[in-house]
Amino acid sequence: MSRFSLQIHCEASLILTPEGTLIRWENRQFGSKMTDSKYFTTTKKGEIFELKAELNSDKKEKKKEAVKKVIASMTVGKDVSALFPDVVNCMQTDNLELKKLVYLYLMNYAKSQPDMAIMAVNTFVKDCEDPNPLIRALAVRTMGCIRVDKITEYLCEPLRKCLKDEDPYVRKTAAVCVAKLHDINAQLVEDQGFLDTLKDLISDSNPMVVANAVAALSEIAESHPNSNLLDLNPQTINKLLTALNECTEWGQIFILDCLANYTPRDDRESQSICERVTPRLSHANSAVVLSAVKVLMKFMEMLPKDLDYYGTLLKKLAPPLVTLLSAEPELQYVALRNINLIVQRRPEILKHEMKVFFVKYNDPIYVKLEKLDIMIRLASQANIAQVLAELKEYATEVDVDFVRKAVRAIGRCAIKVEQSAERCVSTLLDLIQTKVNYVVQEAIVVIKDIFRKYPNKYESVIATLCENLDSLDEPEARAAMIWIVGEYAERIDNADELLESFLEGFHDESTQVQLQLLTAIVKLFLKKPTETQELVQQVLSLATQDSDNPDLRDRGYIYWRLLSTDPVAAKEVVLAEKPLISEETDLIEPTLLEELICHIGTLASVYHKPPSAFVEGSRGVQHKRLPGSAGSGESVESPDPGSAAGVTEAPPAVIPSQGDLLGDLLNLDLTPPTTTGPPPAPSSGMQLGAMDLLGGGLDSLLGGDLGGSAAMGAGFSAPPATMPASFNAPVSGGLDDLFDLGGGVGMPMGAYSPAKSIWLPAMKAKGLEISGTFARRAGVIQMEMTLTNKAMSVMSDFAIQFNRNSFGLAPAGPLQVLTPVNPNQSIEVSLPLSTVGPVMKMEPLTNLQVAVKNNIDVFYFSCQYPISMLFVEDGKMERQVFLATWKDIPNDNEAQFQIKDCHLNSDAASNKLQGSNVFTIAKRTVEGQDMLYQSTKLTNGIWVLAELRVQAGNPNYTVSLKCRAPEVSQCVFQSYEAMLKN
Amino acid sequence: MTLLCLRVHRSAGVSAAPIPAILTQSDLLGSHLDLAAEMIHSLFLINHSGDIFLEKHWKSVIGRSVCDYFFEAKEKAVDPENVAPVLQTPHHYLISIYRGKLFFLSVIQTEVPPLFVIEFLHRVADTIQDYFGECSEGIIKDNVVTVYELLEEMLDNGFPLATESNVLKEMIRPPTILRTVVNTLTGGSNVGDTLPTGQLSSVPWRRAGVKYTNNEAYFDVIEEIDAILDKSGTTVFAEIQGVVEACVRLTGMPDLTLSFMNPRLLDDVSFHPCVRFKRWESERVLSFIPPDGNFTLMNYHVSTQNLVAIPVWVKQSISFFETGPCGRLDITVGPKQTMGKTVESLKVSIHMPKTVVSANLTATQGNYTYDLATKVLVWDIGKLNPQKLPNLRGSVSTQTGAPKPEDNPSLNIDLKIQQLAISGLKVSRLDMYGEKYKPFKGVKYLTKAGKFQVRT
Repeated sequence: MSRFSLQIHCEASLILTPEGTLIRWENRQFGSKMTDSKYFTTTKKGEIFELKAELNSDKKEKKKEAVKKVIASMTVGKDVSALFPDVVNCMQTDNLELKKLVYLYLMNYAKSQPDMAIMAVNTFVKDCEDPNPLIRALAVRTMGCIRVDKITEYLCEPLRKCLKDEDPYVRKTAAVCVAKLHDINAQLVEDQGFLDTLKDLISDSNPMVVANAVAALSEIAESHPNSNLLDLNPQTINKLLTALNECTEWGQIFILDCLANYTPRDDRESQSICERVTPRLSHANSAVVLSAVKVLMKFMEMLPKDLDYYGTLLKKLAPPLVTLLSAEPELQYVALRNINLIVQRRPEILKHEMKVFFVKYNDPIYVKLEKLDIMIRLASQANIAQVLAELKEYATEVDVDFVRKAVRAIGRCAIKVEQSAERCVSTLLDLIQTKVNYVVQEAIVVIKDIFRKYPNKYESVIATLCENLDSLDEPEARAAMIWIVGEYAERIDNADELLESFLEGFHDESTQVQLQLLTAIVKLFLKKPTETQELVQQVLSLATQDSDNPDLRDRGYIYWRLLSTDPVAAKEVVLAEKPLISEETDLIEPTLLEELICHIGTLASVYHKPPSAFVEGSRGVQHKRLPGSAGSGESVESPDPGSAAGVTEAPPAVIPSQGDLLGDLLNLDLTPPTTTGPPPAPSSGMQLGAMDLLGGGLDSLLGGDLGGSAAMGAGFSAPPATMPASFNAPVSGGLDDLFDLGGGVGMPMGAYSPAKSIWLPAMKAKGLEISGTFARRAGVIQMEMTLTNKAMSVMSDFAIQFNRNSFGLAPAGPLQVLTPVNPNQSIEVSLPLSTVGPVMKMEPLTNLQVAVKNNIDVFYFSCQYPISMLFVEDGKMERQVFLATWKDIPNDNEAQFQIKDCHLNSDAASNKLQGSNVFTIAKRTVEGQDMLYQSTKLTNGIWVLAELRVQAGNPNYTVSLKCRAPEVSQCVFQSYEAMLKN
Repeated sequence: MTLLCLRVHRSAGVSAAPIPAILTQSDLLGSHLDLAAEMIHSLFLINHSGDIFLEKHWKSVIGRSVCDYFFEAKEKAVDPENVAPVLQTPHHYLISIYRGKLFFLSVIQTEVPPLFVIEFLHRVADTIQDYFGECSEGIIKDNVVTVYELLEEMLDNGFPLATESNVLKEMIRPPTILRTVVNTLTGGSNVGDTLPTGQLSSVPWRRAGVKYTNNEAYFDVIEEIDAILDKSGTTVFAEIQGVVEACVRLTGMPDLTLSFMNPRLLDDVSFHPCVRFKRWESERVLSFIPPDGNFTLMNYHVSTQNLVAIPVWVKQSISFFETGPCGRLDITVGPKQTMGKTVESLKVSIHMPKTVVSANLTATQGNYTYDLATKVLVWDIGKLNPQKLPNLRGSVSTQTGAPKPEDNPSLNIDLKIQQLAISGLKVSRLDMYGEKYKPFKGVKYLTKAGKFQVRT
């Protein structure tokens, strides 16, 4: 057999290769009948015709062969839909294989031939009554896969019967079918009461039926985030736990994922669930194991830490996680991404398992990189020697990405484990000696961080670093080197020469390097003013006059003004003692981590992004949270989502390693905010040329009366020395003032609602004209329409339906047109909308497709609603949360827009926006520009943060929007424009 | 925070005006194909050179163009092994596995546990292997309709339906020469028309009415040593991955109990669903009603360092000269902790630096090959004779003008030891309840090298 088929395969593929050429392979050998590869050998022309003839053959065997050929063509992506009627004709047969094949075909093509598909309905209905349960199940299963509404109507009765079938195999198939039907027509499923039947199946005697019912309900619940479908209470939980032991591995995954959504009433219930879930950790299926880990990680939060069982559970979690790492590499990858979360939340679980994360030579690169990351997270004083030895080994491997990451990891070790710093530095120096270009550059970047963590300790290595100056060609490495030179300028004799050499190609450098060079030269100047006056003037003029980069220009001006007005303050600011950088530079923000822990095993956990970031299919964002722990004496969970981060431990003070670029300037940012009111005239100093700028201030600096000049710039209220190490703290001091706006924003005005426009012209709808608009009143979205009858006959029996849309808008009730509409009559209707309908991402996002029915026909149109309809009333964010969120959303998500010709002042704008639930949280005025910080929440829980800049006298506003789902920014901007100009 | 302070002006983005979508009846009523909330939407089988040769859609048809993102990643990764298993595209997630030089690529549209998908894909590959003896493009093409029927049977609406080999085989019979011939002549079918008995019983993995004339139960205890040894031969890391493979052909509904001499060795185990976990927890015995045929009874893991014996030592020196296009290589292998057994099928593979073009070596035992394309030097030694230690030495030449290689080559060791489980695990007895006959029982042990690596 194997020889035969091998030979045939060779022949077959020979014929397959020249795609599209006409080669007819007639193989009369007996052996050719034994494999399916013959189905691949078809001619281009005449193929369909031949198949048609064979399908209509009287011989059963020939028919079956023909259907097989059709299926084979389908599997390789050929279009054989033209054979639809002929294939359907083969459906009525008692040969189960033939029946299955036809069913397979039907599922694929029914949609393209809805009228033909209806021919199959009778057979389906008949098969649903067949004495053989296999056929009953097959029929109901297939019908559910045929997404043609005419067929769907016929499905209800058979489905109802099958849900109550005596045979559990049929019941479990029917349970899944409800989910399919819901996907096609959710309303129908609700109306027919299938959801209740499905809920009843959770109590079924057969565990497989229970598992499928849970799976189906979970799926349905996902598209209905607010519905209380899976009403989890201790009784249902008990049923699920019982079924858990007996159902298939896949069913166990569904049940475990469902359990993870439950919040136990107390620690005792929590423990008892944990005890019953723990055996799943020994399952051979890794998905079962990881789902069990999720349940345990979540419920563990509720257990008091002094409980014996808590310790036992911690111990039990390690071995299964380790075992996942001996599985196939793809499984390892997912496991590692999740372990990364677990070690951040509970490092104690795997603290003794460092060695399993050691990288093997033949691990795929994606596994290697993940292992490295976890090694750093687990590094501690106890194991640092081992880790360093490993990392050094990795730094000589072949793969460049991996080597770079290994070098970086050495730096992170130094910062994390103080005792190891010296060894790390000497390892890095060894690596620099290899002169391998990318190794040297990575090493310099991390050494800069080590300097920041341990100042005045390892500066002796600077000389070695300087030797490699010429080989640095990556911006990050160049910037790091420049920073080092500037920071230690007083110890480097030729610091000015070194920096000057960089200055030559200033305009060719990347922004990062330019900014760093500017700061470094200013530092140098403040340290050695006599020799470097020319240099500093050169860099300031390069930055302010020859550059079109606003960041660079602004910073240049700031330095310049500082140096010219108050050099002592400049020194205090620029050479301020910097906060030490924290060890964990890449920890996931605690609230996000909590949420991700609740989603262990999902795609969100692989991408380390909140599920809400997966806007596609945005099934209303349910933010999952870890339950608070009981009885362990920890602080009670606060209702405020922002401060909840601190439930178990205070949020770590984190300064991103790149933050030092601006860290020097931190104080500058905190000049006392100008109170609201008419903005001051722009400072004339800024407009002056270079000559004036280096005026008296510099003279006094050069005059050497540094110490004597006690006059601190009025702006510098916070002495640098007291700058706390926390990133948040210094800012909040300044921003407190900013945020003291409180309720001073004035009374909100009414919500914005656009004027009515014609949605459906009479020409297209047999005389029915619909114009309309949307409004939000008292928290309810209203669709306001004018229906005009421009036809000759009376219109009645109006009904309305929406297609799925991005935010789940759906009519909250029927369309209330109580009286018939006479010719030439118009009536006004207001339709309240809910946002719990089925969700599908639309293009554009706010597009709504509507069907309106009357006694004449069904009409379709689409319209767009202003996204401001979705701004909810409780969209006012706490300021601290606002700050944290703004920081947390990646800069890539920021979008900036201009609003032209808007003649409101900032207060009026703020009032106007508040009317539409855009809340101003803070306001500050800088250089005559009012900055409003605003928050908005959409009905599906997406937050949009905004910064609105209004310059007095300038009708052009600038809006910057930040949102975790950047897709909405464009719409929100449009609404801003509409609301402000209205 | 800097964001709030140093604001910079950027040009405003202007977007194109939205174009209202044109609606058709079928768009509105019923067919929202774009957001199907099932788990696995589609499956593509892709061969080594990037051709899609089979596709299966469990709901709507997704165009092949979705695979372009995958091909892009594959291009970037160079080696097929390095393609990341989870890829994000604008509208889908692609989750793939690489097995037998084939990619099994699934398309996902909603949040789904990726492990679930990966496990399922491996199960598909296992099933194909089980049915046709191998999992290759050729064999799948030869049996495309059966494969298609299998896929349909394994997944319904994205939910796994039947993945147990026993159940599947009752629904769709695996091909045999005899049956194919008979079916061809008589027009018979290879699709079962009764409900598989295992589907719904409390032992879904076993069908009822199994009958054998020879009743036998064999167990293979196979252990793989994963280890990293450093230059000096010290163990950096070592662990044992063990598996108990069973081949059980017993009549009726036998209830087996397998006990070990030293079950304490095993603290990290995962079982086939048939194993009663409670009894393992309380008595440390494996009690189960076995599936019929071949199956994996248990996987285990021994990582306590002192329990992992390293069966061979390797003395090696590989050095490249600072000047001149060559280097020296000298490797000797000897037995270490072999528990008195013979080491067989010993093989050393060395991943040479890219610049090495040839090797001129002498082996005292076995022979060596150097593959220029993959830069792998393989020394096939065979049986290890403790009296006469095998040695490989000589010179390797590098490209003229190329600098001295920066990366150190790394050695991978392959070996086998029959009749030994290196962890010391031993089966003490197998008892059968529930049936009256006397089965034939057997246990075999085998130790292999897994990822066994020596650094230089």
